[in-house]
Amino acid sequence: MQPLDLPKAPARRQDAATCCGASSAPLSSRHPDDALPPPWVVGEQQTPLGQVPRISTVLTRADWLGAIRSRISAFRMAYRVSAGLYAVGSPGANAEVFVSANYKLSFDELRRHLAGLDAWVLVLDTRGINVWCAAGKGTFGTEELVRRVQATGLAGLVSHRRLILPQLAAPGVKAREVKARTGFIAQFGPVRAADIPAYLAAGCRKTPAMATVHFPWRDRLVLTPMEILPAMKLFPLYGLAVLLVFGLQPQGILFAAAWSGGWPFLLLGAATIGAGAFLAPMLLPLLPFRSFAVKGWLAGLATAVATGTLLGERLTPHPALSVVVYLLYPLLASYITLQFTGSTTFTHMSGVKKELRYALPVYLGGAALSALLLGTFKLAEWGIWSS
Amino acid sequence: MRYLSNTVSLRFDAGGCTGCGSCLEVCPHNVFARQGQRVALAARDNCMECGACALNCPTGAIQVKAGVGCAYAIIRGILTGSEPSCDCSPPAGPTASPCC
Repeated sequence: MQPLDLPKAPARRQDAATCCGASSAPLSSRHPDDALPPPWVVGEQQTPLGQVPRISTVLTRADWLGAIRSRISAFRMAYRVSAGLYAVGSPGANAEVFVSANYKLSFDELRRHLAGLDAWVLVLDTRGINVWCAAGKGTFGTEELVRRVQATGLAGLVSHRRLILPQLAAPGVKAREVKARTGFIAQFGPVRAADIPAYLAAGCRKTPAMATVHFPWRDRLVLTPMEILPAMKLFPLYGLAVLLVFGLQPQGILFAAAWSGGWPFLLLGAATIGAGAFLAPMLLPLLPFRSFAVKGWLAGLATAVATGTLLGERLTPHPALSVVVYLLYPLLASYITLQFTGSTTFTHMSGVKKELRYALPVYLGGAALSALLLGTFKLAEWGIWSS
Repeated sequence: MRYLSNTVSLRFDAGGCTGCGSCLEVCPHNVFARQGQRVALAARDNCMECGACALNCPTGAIQVKAGVGCAYAIIRGILTGSEPSCDCSPPAGPTASPCC
């Protein structure tokens, strides 16, 4: 059974066309009538408007597994639920309406915190993107909310005129316009769904803590796989380049030389990814300076020094290589950490632009100088030019 | 945790404030604080330029250049000469290909 919602297909057609112009692309592989209800639909709620799927407030093993998969892969891009209206418990005309995104992780987070309540859940089509990002893009926005309220006939279902939105939907939703166009007051609830019971108990009032975003280590930790894995995808290419550089000898490409000279650099490369994509995000509040480029550079420098100390001359058989190790690799870590600004809850575009203005020339200069030094090392190694 | 100081594009016109408190309700970083009948800018550097306050301010007293704070998106924006956007997700429909 599909959630209560009427004109869905035409809306999707429009959505798909605006992005890529691929008007012939199928809208959805799922047809409303041939799909089995998802396992988290546990019944039906009879309403004056028809049947509304009743959803479970308990996450199953499959839900948690899906959450993990969406944290580590592109699986999250397709991890979505159908937009429309759902019921939690046995809601009546007075039950509150909670609005959510159709990214299943957002939807799951909401429903598991509605346990024991009778409520309506209105899911918007945010194209499978979480609340905050979708609000930033405008897909969790005034237009979609107004359209969804009208499409579901919500006004005929509830006697009150209040929608409770996640606070982080506010960058996309203009509450006054929602009120003017639908009659519903869009009220921004707590940031975290976990605070909903306390929020309701307080008469729909937020404490300052409920309205504030933090970035504790747990939240940073779950984001690190998507920093590490994309970087590791480039690792085979990097590895090949390292082996080529060290294997290239006057006699041709020698495997023994490639390995004996190359493995310390493979280790350093992996450690540098770890420094930029894991260490720096995890130690974010402890690393000095506010600039992410500097934080990442410090984590990378510490890692390069540790690796250099551990491996000694196996890593740096020539002074030129020492310079490369302590110049290039901390810059690489810095670049990787700078990417994490896109995942944090407190960095801003003006700041990242400012950082890039300073950092990009340094990155490019460092890379060019390192290439030059690598050339010097190779010439010295081949005995053509000694320093 | 705070990001770079004196960098955000947030502008607040205290004279245009009616004290409705919309910004207090939507700001996730306590940038504003109530001050008597009106609202004052309390911690400008806490701002992350999400744009929620400006969108919901009824008098236009708040202005901010909202945008994504993602380095990769900004670099791509510089290279393509467009505004940074994180539009990397595929559009609706599981078979459609990603845009970018």
